[in-house]
Amino acid sequence: MSALASVAFDGVVYSSWLFMMAAGLTLIYGVMKILNIAHGSLYALGAYAGASLVGAWLAGGYPPVASYALLGAAALAVGLVMGPLLERGLLRIMYGKDEVVLLLVTYAVFLILEDAIKLAWGVESLVVAEPYALPGNFSIGALAYPVYNLILIGAAAAIGLALAWGMYRTRHGKLLLAVIHDREISAAMGIDVGRVYLFTFSIGAALAAAGGALTAPMIAVSPGIGVEVIVLSFAVVVIGGLGSLGGAALGALIVGLVRSAMVRYWPEGELFSVYLVMALVLIARPKGLFAAPEARKI
Amino acid sequence: MSPDRTTAALGVAAACLLAAAPLAPQWLVFLLTLALAKGLVVLGLVLLMRTGLVSFGQGLYFGLGAYAAALLGARAALLDAFVMIVAAVLVAAAVAAVLGLLLARYRDIFFAMLSLAFSMILYGLLVKSSTLGSTDGFNLHAKSFAGIALAAGAERRVFYAVAVVAVLAAGLAVHRYLGSHYGRLATAIRDNELRVEYLGASVSRVVYANYVAAGALGGLGGAFAALAVGHVDPETTYWTTSGEFVFVAILGGTGNVLAPFLGAAIFEAVRTIANQYAPNVWQMTLGVVMLLLILFLPSGLWSLGTRWRRAA
Amino acid sequence: MTAILVAEGVSKSFGAVTAAADLHVAIDRDSRVGLIGANGAGKTTFINLVTGYLKPTAGSIRFAGHELTALSPRRVTQLGVSRSFQIPQLFSSLSARENLLVAVGIVAAAADRWAHSAITPARAGAATDEMLERFGLSPYRDRPAGLLPEGVRKLLDVAMALVVQPRILLLDEPTSGVAADEKFAIMDLVMGAVGGAGVTVLFIEHDMDIVARYAGRVLAFADGRIIADGEPARVLQDADVRRFVIGEAAHAQH
Repeated sequence: MSALASVAFDGVVYSSWLFMMAAGLTLIYGVMKILNIAHGSLYALGAYAGASLVGAWLAGGYPPVASYALLGAAALAVGLVMGPLLERGLLRIMYGKDEVVLLLVTYAVFLILEDAIKLAWGVESLVVAEPYALPGNFSIGALAYPVYNLILIGAAAAIGLALAWGMYRTRHGKLLLAVIHDREISAAMGIDVGRVYLFTFSIGAALAAAGGALTAPMIAVSPGIGVEVIVLSFAVVVIGGLGSLGGAALGALIVGLVRSAMVRYWPEGELFSVYLVMALVLIARPKGLFAAPEARKI
Repeated sequence: MSPDRTTAALGVAAACLLAAAPLAPQWLVFLLTLALAKGLVVLGLVLLMRTGLVSFGQGLYFGLGAYAAALLGARAALLDAFVMIVAAVLVAAAVAAVLGLLLARYRDIFFAMLSLAFSMILYGLLVKSSTLGSTDGFNLHAKSFAGIALAAGAERRVFYAVAVVAVLAAGLAVHRYLGSHYGRLATAIRDNELRVEYLGASVSRVVYANYVAAGALGGLGGAFAALAVGHVDPETTYWTTSGEFVFVAILGGTGNVLAPFLGAAIFEAVRTIANQYAPNVWQMTLGVVMLLLILFLPSGLWSLGTRWRRAA
Repeated sequence: MTAILVAEGVSKSFGAVTAAADLHVAIDRDSRVGLIGANGAGKTTFINLVTGYLKPTAGSIRFAGHELTALSPRRVTQLGVSRSFQIPQLFSSLSARENLLVAVGIVAAAADRWAHSAITPARAGAATDEMLERFGLSPYRDRPAGLLPEGVRKLLDVAMALVVQPRILLLDEPTSGVAADEKFAIMDLVMGAVGGAGVTVLFIEHDMDIVARYAGRVLAFADGRIIADGEPARVLQDADVRRFVIGEAAHAQH
């Protein structure tokens, strides 16, 4: 029983930061119809920014307790800087082009950012484990888990609830939903679609960066961490249905649990199992689990 | 380029490349073989793109071809390059024939993502397989070609020459196909699938056929790449390799069967230089060039040639 | 007069929206039928149902012994039912000639299977040029379809529908988006091309002059139902039709 519980728990932990990535990805796709490959580098940027910030803070001898807030601040900073930079500076020029062309544009941005990160931070790994170790462990049965995992799960849940509340309860959220449904009509109704795009992309970037920043204390932050994360996030988003927040949550949960089960029971399957699940879901539901209905063409 | 001109150009290019086989320095033979090999994969990708589908998973067939060739040597002690090449194409085509049944139903982003998923499934399997060398992969040597023993030191040149012939054959075949009714049908499908169905033709049949052809070309390219490098590893089927193929397709353009090879040659040349002098900005260079291409030359480098000729 | 196309009890709803409600109609061979109705009345839905693009929630549509509701648009076309589109469905990057060549090529490639035409792959080019001439499209032959004027796009759309040499031709607003003074010319051309070939034609129209001139029978749609069915003169005078289709304030167009 405790084996299953630990698999479930590990799965949920994994799902948590995957959800942050997927939520941002699916939001950007839903509003802007762009599948953002650069999301992987935004994750990496968040990890590097978070690790650097916390590293500098701790080196300065300041109280480690604040490191969590710093991770969040790093994520926000990445969102507020990279969001407008990418959206205004580049994507704006590319609107109207084919969906797949936009995908390639984000791929190009991904490539550029990967090397930019190398240039800025070098190729050595950054390890900042204090925030991870600080809160200590707790036990489930005979097994000990870092409390940090609970923080991660809590953060993901909080973000999920905030996004849901923001989308369905606030005025800004309703504008977002309107644009998701129909960009042209929204513009015709006087909604400033450009501003909605900027807003969405920045939030998406911040979410990716949050995924990275909160994961940073758990790993060795090094070049290329975004490369595998982005394909995993794609799997999650496609499984859940592009543009669906609930889908992102469900997809993240599925992927997290599958991964965790594989690691436990059949490690050889760890890498490919997720993509197998994605393929199976697409076979059963060609547009993912929660897909938006399509309007008549003729 | 008009049909006759392309055929002539293919012939002339093949002749020149073959003439260089005994004379060119080893590094150039290596570079050209790799360019030809990758160009074959991109040729298949271009065929798909002309049908309106961008595959982000051609690495699957590239990897399958490479590993099929290498496994023959490692497991069955079949060290004949010709047999390896044939096996690579057959394996790749067989897998494409199965996967194509599923993939032919998808379009746009979903086709791209599903094709990516399958290539990542193979990647995952290969990386976790210690018998196949995991991330290190393993080596392959070919000692003969179609039964004829290869002189030590001359193997690479022979593989190169065979690659040139294979490219000539593939290029001519695809060129004829694209110039036929079925080539036009591919473009029609890209522009308006619904209308094609409403004219009584089966879209999925054409998509399926093109997908299998692209898979076979991918396997063929994989075999040559494996022979040239002498080594295979899972990187061949990773999504970034598939991304590179897409890049080369955009770089060259989809307007002519020669374009993929032009793009691949430039790509390999620049990559070699970049790895020597600036390995940490190689990806950035790729990204910037891709953006510039999308903005200013969306039909690829090949369209420069047609534009210039029209202006002249 | 024998019925070539019979729809019985055909209904189609999308959730709460009823696009077609219990349609019963029998179309006679070689007839010219005009379909009129306000936007959203169910005319295009009817064509979509007949050609297999939509599956009805109830009812059957039979043509030449086949149940069309079970078939795909491709099969329906192969059986001999062809349609043109409200918004011309063309291959934008191909030239006008290439657009027709695709259609001709498809028919030529299927000569031994479902296509009844005499066009062979060898004759495809010549047959295409003939068709371009017949529809007055020769001046536009090399221009990409995406760059053609609207009236020309409409003509090309209809021309492509005729390549398969259908027994039933369904035209969805063949003159919409076309300048008023060109409408008759286009209809003359289209009806002339169809001619005495034993083709049954149904066309959706909003211009009542065109309906009066080219239709031998008129079906009036409103809210997914057929509210009037008969000779143009009678139907166009019908009180319900005047209210729901033509509009209370009669158009003094003449």
